[in-house]
Amino acid sequence: MQQAMLWFFALAALAGGLLMLLLRHPMRVALALISTMISLAAIYAILGVHVIAVFQVLIYVGAVMVFMVYAIMLLDVRDASFTRRYSGYLLPGLAGLVVLAFAFAWGLRRDTVSPAVAVGSVFDVQPFSAAFLNDYWLYFELTSVLLLAAVVAAIAILKARRRGNG
Amino acid sequence: MDNTQLLLALSTALFAIGLAGVVIRRNLLVMLMCMELMLNGVVLSLVTLSHQAASTTGAVLVFLVFVVAAAEIGIAVPIVLLLARRRHTLDADAFTDLKG
Repeated sequence: MQQAMLWFFALAALAGGLLMLLLRHPMRVALALISTMISLAAIYAILGVHVIAVFQVLIYVGAVMVFMVYAIMLLDVRDASFTRRYSGYLLPGLAGLVVLAFAFAWGLRRDTVSPAVAVGSVFDVQPFSAAFLNDYWLYFELTSVLLLAAVVAAIAILKARRRGNG
Repeated sequence: MDNTQLLLALSTALFAIGLAGVVIRRNLLVMLMCMELMLNGVVLSLVTLSHQAASTTGAVLVFLVFVVAAAEIGIAVPIVLLLARRRHTLDADAFTDLKG
């Protein structure tokens, strides 16, 4: 059962990724990306890494993709980039995709993967937060500095836009 | 094919699809989303390997990658909107100022 669900969500993630290459409108591309991200969150939950699954839904789908959808709604849909799907690099890009896929398949074929170990409670919330706030508290604080810098940068960009307009 | 190999294959496939999307798509926002897809593929391989090694450090690293990705999008989307306001288009071929 678990194996079947793993295969199902893996195929769903792959299908979402392929749809991102094929769909024309950015909003549909965003929805395909959201379905891929939710499938990946389901895979994380099946693996038992529940903390990461929750963060995947909350941060990626809840924050990043909602932000992206707002940005798409702000834009003009009659733009040429909305009606024409591909740039002039279509054929080189597809050739590169084929080469890259074969290279990765070759690497995976030669890879000797040991069977996955059964984890007990290593990925529960409690050991995760204990490790996070005991061993990696410095990185946690640096993260807050990074977010502050991102906020300042976003405000600076908004001010540059206002100067450009007026 | 065991689970680890399946998930590593999925992560490499997502990375390759995202890279192809960055190259072949025309819209800047779609290119940005394909970059997110590449990042998701890499995070999937990170989670798979840290699950295999049963290490909490991998989960902490994934969380930090999430925060960095959120900050990256928080800056990249306003830049894209600024470019769209300046040039009235999101076509990647319209931005050729640095072309030699």
